[in-house]
Amino acid sequence: MFAAKLLGWILLGVVRLLTGAQARWWGCPPKAEQRIYFANHQSHLDLVMIWAALPEELRSITRPIAARDYWANTPMKRWITTEVFNAIYVERGGTPAPAEEGAPAPDPMAPLMPLIEALRSGDSIIIFPEGTRGHTGEPQKFKSGLYTLAQMFPEVVLVPAWIDNVQRVMPKGEIVPVPILCSVTFGAPIALGADEERRAFLDRAREAVVALRNV
Amino acid sequence: MNAFLRNLTPTQQVAALFVIVFGLLAVISIATLLVGFRERRNAAHGEAWLREFNDFRALLSTTWFMVVVFWIGWALGPSVATVLFAIISFFALREFITLSPTRRGDHRSLILAFFVVLPIQFVLVGTARFDLFTVFIPVYVFIAIPVVSALANDPSHFLERNAKLQWGITVCVYGMSHVPALLLLSFPGYEGKSAFLVFFLVFVVQTCMVVQHLIARQFAPLAADAPQPTGLRGRLQRLLGRAPFAPNVSRSFNWTSWGVGMAIASVVGALMSFITPFKFGQALAMALIACVAGSMGHLVMKALKRDRGIPNWGPKGVGVTGANGLLDRVDALCFAAPIFFHSVRWYFGV
Repeated sequence: MFAAKLLGWILLGVVRLLTGAQARWWGCPPKAEQRIYFANHQSHLDLVMIWAALPEELRSITRPIAARDYWANTPMKRWITTEVFNAIYVERGGTPAPAEEGAPAPDPMAPLMPLIEALRSGDSIIIFPEGTRGHTGEPQKFKSGLYTLAQMFPEVVLVPAWIDNVQRVMPKGEIVPVPILCSVTFGAPIALGADEERRAFLDRAREAVVALRNV
Repeated sequence: MNAFLRNLTPTQQVAALFVIVFGLLAVISIATLLVGFRERRNAAHGEAWLREFNDFRALLSTTWFMVVVFWIGWALGPSVATVLFAIISFFALREFITLSPTRRGDHRSLILAFFVVLPIQFVLVGTARFDLFTVFIPVYVFIAIPVVSALANDPSHFLERNAKLQWGITVCVYGMSHVPALLLLSFPGYEGKSAFLVFFLVFVVQTCMVVQHLIARQFAPLAADAPQPTGLRGRLQRLLGRAPFAPNVSRSFNWTSWGVGMAIASVVGALMSFITPFKFGQALAMALIACVAGSMGHLVMKALKRDRGIPNWGPKGVGVTGANGLLDRVDALCFAAPIFFHSVRWYFGV
């Protein structure tokens, strides 16, 4: 417990030194209500960035999701992810794609179960609805997990976030990060309309994230 | 008074200097605070006044910041001061790189710049290896950076990317490292007082920037149909309110107000000659050299910023980069320090 706390401080210091980890509460104030933060995904460090950008009080009640194949492949990483970040593991590529014409996936809810549990227990969560890291800088289409969660938990506030510059700190395949200022911009919350279609909602959510790039 | 000051040990003299500066700053800050309170209770002035007032407050906090930095640097000795400037240099370079887009192929070069070049440069300064530290970046790093970039196998915009990186290193690391280097110059009969030299440089450069800034603010060119002020103010307005010389780069730069800034700062420098190892005329010349280099460097950085399409390093408020505008505050110093350092070394042979 103590070790986790100490390492948390050290990590926070390093992240701040390298990136500034600036949080810009543009569309909503930092507030201890139950929220789903959804952000663009360009680097594994996104998780660390948004964790470092949140204020201390929110950090303890907000759980980021982490891809199991990357964040659980060594004991050290697994320990950091669970003890320091208090993350929720998800299977990558497991979040079901929006149902195509073909047969639906066997159990579309299964990969979302850990998230649902976290939300049921009152925690806020951070998700990356693109599912995988983009290469182009343009976020990819959002997967439907966000829609499902928004339907199941209508009282939870949906906050879009844009994480800027992180891919420059540590591009894919590099292990040493370089100091480049990064920021996380939190936008105005969005809500699922009464009879909004899944695709329309997901596109609107994606636009809300992209719109934060230039504010 | 004068005799009393002369009888103090060098350490006491420097301490006295800091006491005076802190005292002045405290008085100005308290006055500003009171004016701010009164203004908040019943707003008597217009929006333009308020904007100017806020500008002044920003300037004041910058000054506080710099003085505190120097005080810490002096109080803890040259090696701590060197570390302090290394940290400032790190943050300045971080800001510079953030706002100059890099590609994936630059990653290794960036690692080299931040984690190898920067520490080595400041270690060379800290250990007073003057012969090596003046050539380390212009000679060795100059070749090392493009080699690393070339090995990354990405030829697109190669010259442009490398030029940016070289520039960043030269301004933020090489330039900045010359400030603590001043602490290590040993003039005969001036031992223990090198902190004065750093103070002299910073104060003179800052004075010339502030004077230019104030002139630009007070005597901005009037619109053609605006009423012309009369009397002394009118004459000053006609003299100083010239059209900007290079409006695409800087909307405030013109030769007349630049000249006035230089003159005032040089005279201030000359008046401070008693704290330096220079005579009156030498101090005047050295201050002039530092101010010309600093203000021209600031102009060059403005051109760079315009090219990137940003008004400040770290836009006002907090921009998407989260940069906080440190580079805006130190860029003049980064250009003035190497020129000042080498002029002093060359002329006095120390």
